[in-house]
Amino acid sequence: MSNINIHAPTSSPTSSLASNPLTSPRKTHVLIDNLNKSFSGLPLYIDFNLKISRGDIVSIFGPNGCGKSTLINMIAGLTEIDTGQILFDGKTLTETKIGYVFQNYRDALFPWMNAWSNIAYPLKRSGMSASQVKDRVEALIDLFEIKFNLKQYPYELSGGQQQTISIMRALATDPEVLFLDEPFSALDFEMTLFIREKLQEANLKTGVTMLIVSHDLEDAVFLADKILLLTRRPTRIAAMLDFDLERPRKAESVSDPKFIKVKAKALEIFQNEMRA
Amino acid sequence: MRFKWTIRLLPLVGPVILYILWATAVSAKWVSAALLPSPLTTIVYTGHVFVSGAIWGDLWSTVQRTLYAFACASLVGVPLGVLLGSSPPIYKSVEFLIDFFRSTPSSAMIPLFMLIFGITDINKIAIAAFSAVLVIIFNSAYGVMNAKKTRVMAAKTMGVSRFHIFKDVLLMESLLQTFIGLRTGISLALVIVIVAEMFIGSESGLGHRIIDAQQVFNIKDMYSSILITGALGYVMNLIFMFVENRLIHWGGKV
Repeated sequence: MSNINIHAPTSSPTSSLASNPLTSPRKTHVLIDNLNKSFSGLPLYIDFNLKISRGDIVSIFGPNGCGKSTLINMIAGLTEIDTGQILFDGKTLTETKIGYVFQNYRDALFPWMNAWSNIAYPLKRSGMSASQVKDRVEALIDLFEIKFNLKQYPYELSGGQQQTISIMRALATDPEVLFLDEPFSALDFEMTLFIREKLQEANLKTGVTMLIVSHDLEDAVFLADKILLLTRRPTRIAAMLDFDLERPRKAESVSDPKFIKVKAKALEIFQNEMRA
Repeated sequence: MRFKWTIRLLPLVGPVILYILWATAVSAKWVSAALLPSPLTTIVYTGHVFVSGAIWGDLWSTVQRTLYAFACASLVGVPLGVLLGSSPPIYKSVEFLIDFFRSTPSSAMIPLFMLIFGITDINKIAIAAFSAVLVIIFNSAYGVMNAKKTRVMAAKTMGVSRFHIFKDVLLMESLLQTFIGLRTGISLALVIVIVAEMFIGSESGLGHRIIDAQQVFNIKDMYSSILITGALGYVMNLIFMFVENRLIHWGGKV
């Protein structure tokens, strides 16, 4: 329904995000145009429009059953759309490299491969040479400061380690867009902090656009440049909030006045929607 | 330590009870000695047929027939099952046939197979292979159909080709269930081989040995042949479990 304005950086021009050459033009990256989707006759999305800027971390938050995951699954091509168009910088999905991190890492990793091979798998299948694959995996190991033994199989790792491997695998091919479906919901707090930090680093380093579905408001606000608040079905955009707290955001950032203000605003909009 | 030892000895409790019951039944004359030799006599006799070499020919015949039947059944069953499983409409269209013949005791088909193959070794292998192939097809097909959708989706988001999704993900996913089919298949094959050796004019094999011993009232030989047949089935299962645990190391852990 409502078109979302292209985001102009409101933070100080010296912030590392604004100076990132990949993100500074703030071009529309993901464009959803007149999307329609119903499930067994019940409309979920009617003429839905959305623009997401390149390099933004967008958190998607909304009431239960509003189709948060369906939305990213449609963008990622895992769920078919009825009508409409989804473009990435004008390209179709097949011309675009994406990464996807699932909520349930246990079901998403390949248990017949060790952790290293899991990360390397998409690279091998993209036709890279063995030495290129090795270099790329080593780079990811450095970025994520992995200390545990990657020769282990996924089922030998802790939940947090498994989700870390999932994220590394999703980032391996250097995707343009990274989708994360409730990536923290099965993790303890320590691991959540670690993964929040690493996702910010990956975003700063590569300029990857991120779409994160969350059912936890604090998680949703913490990483976001934009918080996309959805209504109940048929789903519309309730609001798209900007959140320009400097990066990297640390665990303490949750007590920052800016954080508290945005979270309160999001909560207010959410509650209004629930009453509506 | 002592506690651990007791736990380790637990699996022996059942066999010991059986031995005592059997020995008592014979010595207390619950059963006529003409129908049931004492367990010790049977075990000594079993040792004797191995040492004298009398059993090896029959044992080898049965093992060979079972393995041939099993090899034929897996070579046909696994690829066919995977193929059917990857196309649910095709599986649906043959599901009734598979379920019907899977539910038909294969021994009921022995006369039919005798008409086709005559009283030959091929006949015994064919009927055993037939009994094993259906359960192998069924399990392989379901292994593919019940593969975790998340892993397939994960590979899809990586831009992996459909062929590689099939080979790298679906096939690997189905292995666990496929192995259940193979393990059941080899047990069924052994059952049918033994039955066929008993009733389709046979010159060799454990089934032949059991029925022959019974006909001439060689009771010790009959019981020892039954014991050996049981041990053969058990060992085949053990080997399978070992290979399975090595090959599908993630089984039961995810």
